[in-house]
Amino acid sequence: MISIIDYKAGNLKSVERAVNKLGFPCKITQKQDEILNSERIIFPGVGAAGKATEDLRQLGLDQILLQSFKQGKPILGICLGAQIILDKSEENNAICLGLIKGNVIRFPSPLLSPEKKRLKIPHMGWNGVKLLKEHPVLKDLKEEDEFYFVHSYYTLPASEKDIIGMTNHGIDFSSIIGHKNLIATQFHPEKSGPAGLSILKNFCLWSGTDVE
Amino acid sequence: MLSKRIIPCLDVRDGKTTKGIKFKENIDIGDPVEMAHHYYLQGADEIVFYDITASSDHRDIMIDVVRRVAETIFIPFSVGGGIRTLNDMRQVLLAGAEKVSVNSAAVKNPQIISQGARSFGSQCIVLGMDVKKVQATPDIPSGYEIVIHGGRACTGMDALEWARQGEDMGAGEICLNSIDADGTQNGYELVLTALISSNVNIPVIASGGAGNIDHLQEALTRGRADAALVASIIHYGTYSIKEIKDTLALKGVKVRKNW
Repeated sequence: MISIIDYKAGNLKSVERAVNKLGFPCKITQKQDEILNSERIIFPGVGAAGKATEDLRQLGLDQILLQSFKQGKPILGICLGAQIILDKSEENNAICLGLIKGNVIRFPSPLLSPEKKRLKIPHMGWNGVKLLKEHPVLKDLKEEDEFYFVHSYYTLPASEKDIIGMTNHGIDFSSIIGHKNLIATQFHPEKSGPAGLSILKNFCLWSGTDVE
Repeated sequence: MLSKRIIPCLDVRDGKTTKGIKFKENIDIGDPVEMAHHYYLQGADEIVFYDITASSDHRDIMIDVVRRVAETIFIPFSVGGGIRTLNDMRQVLLAGAEKVSVNSAAVKNPQIISQGARSFGSQCIVLGMDVKKVQATPDIPSGYEIVIHGGRACTGMDALEWARQGEDMGAGEICLNSIDADGTQNGYELVLTALISSNVNIPVIASGGAGNIDHLQEALTRGRADAALVASIIHYGTYSIKEIKDTLALKGVKVRKNW
């Protein structure tokens, strides 16, 4: 069973529908024992870092995530779920979970394209990802694949080793990060068509290892 | 770099699309779920559903459509038409839409934008604007006025001012429809589109007037739109979404080409 962690943050059903479509059993849950007993975890999220981290702590799920991470359970963070696994976020100055060392910062303003045109924030829409290394979950990615993003903040891992993919929106930022059994995408794989579904599928089959 | 989005718009009445797709083989499809799936496979970046069901008694039919679409396509889609309250928004979002679009309801009650953004996040709230070109006056300095009820009623509101207000109140995106261009197939209203898009910091979807691919190119370059809404030119089979995207890419517009 795959646990989709429910901490009141955003539309979890779209993740559930996509995972079901791929034929994997999953459950939206906030029960600690259910999450600890599940085979893998999807940690989604839409909303603000302050409220999200507060809700997680109130439900005791920060500790459950930490414990699951240490046990080696495969974990997939999505969007806000990819951000609050770092140490700290500029959004609401939230103290986050610290599963990956680093911070979450806001896009600089004004943000300019190479042609010096002003770019909009949030970064919203389809964009590509340049992979810096191979990863079992990303093995089916093609160079031209694009993914659906909606965010105003981005992750800045302390160690370059934790950056798996980069995207450009005025600046280059890390759009896929990972450490050991944890991988996280800034974009929404569940809303990114077949390319996104392939990431979800490979995550559902991933042992959580084979990563240097 | 972000791709420019190509967004099919489907009008739905009582659970059926008002214009079916006319394929080259002359097979008509009138089911919104099947149409959405067809466009999803063709490479649509997002889909807009506009519910024109007259009676609010039939809202459940639309919610059922939304639910079935959400199980079928895995790209964002929005629902507009008849969204008047927070509860209307909640139902549509819970059924699986990524975004809701408010138009006349926001003109009558602007608070719906901020309430929606607070409850569900700005990324969910699209401000739909129907705009008509008028003589510039002190009340309407941009020379573009907001109209409602499909253009039948004027509001006395300046379009640029309303766009900025919508952004301030928490709209995450603007869907900008020119009533003058709509249905003409003579091209999008580029002056209006560029005016709004360069004065807000949220994405703007150009709507109304697409007759050929050059029109889309103009809207996405000179018009500075982040996305373009298409209806007739794809529903009647003039172009497929793939043809539109391939042509735009050849003309130097960045679009998502792999799906």
